[in-house]
Amino acid sequence: MTKKQTFFDEMSSAAGARAPYRSYESWFKSQDVTRLAQKSAEAERFFRRTGITFNVYGQADAEERLIPFDLVPRILSNAEWRKLERGVEQRVRAINAFLHDLYNRQEILRAGVVPASLIANNDAFLPQMMDFTPPGGVYTHIVGTDIVRTGEDEFFVLEDNARTPSGVSYMLENRETMLQMFPELFSQIKVQRVSDYPKNLRASLEASAPPNCEGHPFVVVLTPGIHNSAYYEHSFLADQMGVELVEGHDLRIVDGRIAVRTTRGYRTVDVIYRRVDDAFLDPLTFNPQSMLGVPGIMDIYRAGNITIANAPGTGVADDKAIYSYMPDIVEFYTGERAILKNVETHRCSEPDSLKYVLDNLADLVVKEVHGSGGYGMLVGPAASKAEIAAFREKLKARPANYIAQPTLSLSTVPIFTEKGLAPRHVDLRPFALVAPNEINIAPGGLTRVALTEGSLVVNSSQGGGTKDTWVLES
Amino acid sequence: MLGKTAGGLYWMFRGLERAENTARLIEAGFRIALTRSTDPASDWRSVIVTSAQQAAFEAKYDAYTSQNVSNFLLREPSNPSSVLSVIKTARDNARLVRTALTTEVWVAVNETWMVLTDLLKETVPDPELPQALEAIRQQSALVRGALYGTMLRNDVYNFCRLGTFIERADSTARIIDVKYHALLPSPSYVGSKLDNVQWEMVLRSVSAHRSFRHAVQDDYNASNITEFLILDPRFPRSLAFCAKRITENLSELRNEYGGESESLDAALAFHARIKDRDINSIFEEGLHEYISQAILDIAAIGTRIEAQYRFIN
Repeated sequence: MTKKQTFFDEMSSAAGARAPYRSYESWFKSQDVTRLAQKSAEAERFFRRTGITFNVYGQADAEERLIPFDLVPRILSNAEWRKLERGVEQRVRAINAFLHDLYNRQEILRAGVVPASLIANNDAFLPQMMDFTPPGGVYTHIVGTDIVRTGEDEFFVLEDNARTPSGVSYMLENRETMLQMFPELFSQIKVQRVSDYPKNLRASLEASAPPNCEGHPFVVVLTPGIHNSAYYEHSFLADQMGVELVEGHDLRIVDGRIAVRTTRGYRTVDVIYRRVDDAFLDPLTFNPQSMLGVPGIMDIYRAGNITIANAPGTGVADDKAIYSYMPDIVEFYTGERAILKNVETHRCSEPDSLKYVLDNLADLVVKEVHGSGGYGMLVGPAASKAEIAAFREKLKARPANYIAQPTLSLSTVPIFTEKGLAPRHVDLRPFALVAPNEINIAPGGLTRVALTEGSLVVNSSQGGGTKDTWVLES
Repeated sequence: MLGKTAGGLYWMFRGLERAENTARLIEAGFRIALTRSTDPASDWRSVIVTSAQQAAFEAKYDAYTSQNVSNFLLREPSNPSSVLSVIKTARDNARLVRTALTTEVWVAVNETWMVLTDLLKETVPDPELPQALEAIRQQSALVRGALYGTMLRNDVYNFCRLGTFIERADSTARIIDVKYHALLPSPSYVGSKLDNVQWEMVLRSVSAHRSFRHAVQDDYNASNITEFLILDPRFPRSLAFCAKRITENLSELRNEYGGESESLDAALAFHARIKDRDINSIFEEGLHEYISQAILDIAAIGTRIEAQYRFIN
């Protein structure tokens, strides 16, 4: 049985190019395809030389890979973006309020809007964060919200990445690459700038400095090290912000403050933009085997002597089980309906839902509640009978570990191939910066694209690529 | 700057220097085995001995052939000093200290790693060895040029240069130490065939056969070669030259940071042991003893730099 599905293409409609793409399309038509192919190869060489790579876990032979870059931009009109921006801002605000509530009075649990059991059984919930408010009240300094589109006006949030979202370096590098490859394009089409992101990130982190910070806040980026899959991004962001990139063993506690080992001795650190997971942050409090964190940092944190961005314990808000409650969470804290819709989600922990999911596995996408990166998920329509049967057993064994969603008809944007333009499915991850009094969202974000024809999995670890994302000035 | 960053820069440039020195050494061996020798195995053995890796080599290979030696020194992953290993380490260090490097330096190092990984992915056949060695030297020159042309002259730069000159001084001293028996003036050797081959090998392994002729204007003899390698401040691989640069880089760091500098004191003492000497007094002291002490001094300066600038803790 093959279902003929039609997908919303963001570039072309029956009546020709959609409005945001009109100028681009006429430029594209005037281009020589051979020259574009050369440009595309040039871009790949540029990425290799400059070392814009990511590491893939479990692939020893191909330790560092490029994320393929496609030269056709993904274009959003100004009006489309304004709506997305408002929606993301609302959601990010609600997530911060939710986290503050969860770790303090827990009104939302008492009101029965979110079941308390979901929190009690959640590994991402950190009791060590109870009755404590992070500096400036900010939990999620950086959020990457995954958004998919299915129609002209149909945007859905697929996931809230509230822990340590990655990918922003590709947003910045993709724009730089496009500017280098096609400078003339940017003089013809006015695109909103994303290049202020590093400056804004630094300002946002500095604005969240701890109460006991004296003088100008000293910010560092904490990385697990060069073997981490996102190391390139860590060093890129530190470099672009003009701050130091440190590892756990560079830090220690000196006189009740976190300090970094420099060639002139130890220097106090005020803000840590950490790219290590909660479990590795403090071996005294969490995983005792961790070599990546700083022993005792949680005590310093609770004493108001350091800012950790994002705060420990924010993962509870981007859990896929919590996700299904997000529209209620938004309403509970903002008093408004959610501007961005959720994808319909079946919680397999609930018997009726589980039955429905088991009966419809071939049509659904099933995800692990705590999974990420496209690992451990089932894409029903793309899976073989054997894969579905195997997954059915896993699901029955631990139903609470899974949620299921309908297979979305993700929108497509064309990619450049030797045979011309070819539609491929995309998603979008805008990046929001949260400071105590301001939320700043870079116009656009990271567009990930499934390069295989028909594929719906856009993750870079699964063969996805990226595109430059344009938000038009007007 | 971070102590770890200073350490990363220092070791990155030690690695790059080591790769270049290894390439020079193989080049010397290759040239001599090819053109001068009646016993190539012994010439290749001498290359391994000079690189101070005889035991490791013999554990892995049973014959001193050009292929075995070039594989071991260029490509062997289990040899931490093989060109491929040190370039990989240097590039890892460059990634570690990425924020301290200009894009040009980073790209030069990254490209060096890409070019050499590709070039050395299989055994290099003898006829292609000269081009491969040339590529290694060219890539080092590229990194050096990027460093020289684009980096601020601050602590970052000084740590890079210290890595280069500590490694180079150590390398030159070790070459002299291994060959000291050939460099000792002894009437029975003078003019013999063996003598000339040995001396040429020494000069070639520090790429000095040409500069020596220009600078010394005299025929090879044990005393003037040794003097050139240890005492000549014009030759960029001599101990005198390296010691001078080390004291300069450490002085600049002290000026930038203020206060006392233990490593500068050690470097000044080391430089004094070189610049005020003449070669005869070194022979009187004993060349082997003198060079052994120099190797220890260089290592001690390195250790002091690491401690003073908190590379580790």
